[in-house]
Amino acid sequence: MKKLINDPKDVVVEALRGMAGAHPDHLRVDLDNKVIYRKDAPVKGKVGLVSGGGSGHEPMHGGFVGLGMLDAACAGEVFTSPVPDQMEAATQAVDGGAGVLHIVKNYTGDVMNFEMAAEMADADSGVEVRTVVTNDDVAVKDSLYTAGRRGVGVTVLLEKLVGAAAEEGRPLAQVADLATRINESGRSMGLALTSCTVPAAGKPTFELGDDEFELGIGIHGEPGRERKAMAPARELAEQLLEPILDDLPRSSGQPVIAFVNGMGGTPLLELYLMFNEVSTILEKANIPISRSLVGNYITSLEMAGCSVTLQTADDDLIHLWDAPVNTPGLRWGA
Amino acid sequence: MATQDRFVEWLGDLAQTMAESQEHLTELDSAIGDADHGSNMARGTAAVAELLDGEFPDTASLLKKAGMTLVSTVGGASGPLYGTFFIRLAGPLAGKSDVSAAELGAALRAGVDGVLQRGKAEPGDKTMYDAWAPALAAYDEAVTGGSDLGPALGAAAKAAAEGRDATGPLVARKGRASYLGERSAGHIDPGAASTTLLLESAARTLR
Repeated sequence: MKKLINDPKDVVVEALRGMAGAHPDHLRVDLDNKVIYRKDAPVKGKVGLVSGGGSGHEPMHGGFVGLGMLDAACAGEVFTSPVPDQMEAATQAVDGGAGVLHIVKNYTGDVMNFEMAAEMADADSGVEVRTVVTNDDVAVKDSLYTAGRRGVGVTVLLEKLVGAAAEEGRPLAQVADLATRINESGRSMGLALTSCTVPAAGKPTFELGDDEFELGIGIHGEPGRERKAMAPARELAEQLLEPILDDLPRSSGQPVIAFVNGMGGTPLLELYLMFNEVSTILEKANIPISRSLVGNYITSLEMAGCSVTLQTADDDLIHLWDAPVNTPGLRWGA
Repeated sequence: MATQDRFVEWLGDLAQTMAESQEHLTELDSAIGDADHGSNMARGTAAVAELLDGEFPDTASLLKKAGMTLVSTVGGASGPLYGTFFIRLAGPLAGKSDVSAAELGAALRAGVDGVLQRGKAEPGDKTMYDAWAPALAAYDEAVTGGSDLGPALGAAAKAAAEGRDATGPLVARKGRASYLGERSAGHIDPGAASTTLLLESAARTLR
């Protein structure tokens, strides 16, 4: 394993120190609690948005802290959910009097720790907390026999859209309902071409042959559901989109926000090529793309591969999408 | 009867055990999870070991603090689960200086109930509960048969190990391994493995 690290156990704190140094005008980092704050948080009267999760998915979530997106992000160890203390500290610090929304990806650890944090925040300080759990990954059958669908690409779109709504001053109940609606109207599916290596583990999480890819991969190097023979990008795009389109609730002619996300180890050249395949397929299916996003936004360390997310859009969502955002990982109009 | 010193010894032994087993647990977790169970448990139990020089009025306050420390340092699903276990374990032991076999039994039951409540697992879901449930039954049986807490914990650890091994063929229905579906079969559950280590450590030290 070759990585640009010192000691595996210092990776997260040292990266946070770098992040604080690189973005002094926009961010404030609490190294003890491993929380990244928007510099001007708490914003009086604005609903506070707190997310977080294991590190190793950068720019998510810390890179999405700033104007028009998150107020705070809690950084766990690599691929390990943060702990309730971090979340409670973040919740209290960003409460501008309008309450706080927790944006949680559906992984057992994240859900349990955020649950404990919300209980603690309510008991200790009376901050009103609402929670949205994202679960957009169609690779996972939503049945009683799994922990439910995982939260993946929709989390990025949701943080942008809900961030804009909170910035406009919409109240907590509205912001939380919007978050739920966004989660329900977005679907994702991913694939991996290589494994990643968790620094503390020191070797690849799984092995994939040169002639294979893993369909339905998660974002933690956890293997997907199915290992298949490698195929041209056109066929890979079809295999990603088919289960998404099967499941995406939308009415005929309704546009989508299309998001091709890199897992960290795939060049933009290939991601744009994949976007081209995705848009060709959507065009044939008479699904207009009203907005799009291509790049590495919810990554899995250096894993090669990508995911595709489609989010059904309406006028309000497009208005929120176009609103100014100024974060290290996403920036336009500001 | 186990005194507070024995519990201190247990938590110290647990930290050492987890440090030594770190790689093995992470290997189990790589197969069906996300390759962090070993480092998480080692980090959390090491933080607990740092408490042991401090003064605690009784065993219960030591165990409660240990639980809160695990919640604050482990992360993932294991943090809330093991943290809740120790916090609840402390409940029935409040105010006790010497813990009897029966009292520890009641505490273990409270701890495991906490794990169940937090994790909502059922038998056969391929989780740590598949080690906890037979361990608790074996402990109670041993105490009913007249064993003191040391030998009863030995029986519990043995039953936990059998429960751990029995998770091998199961298809996971909880946690990250559940996403693998059928492919999760053929691998031991890392949580059941760490639970077995925890009970083996208890059997070595609490007597």
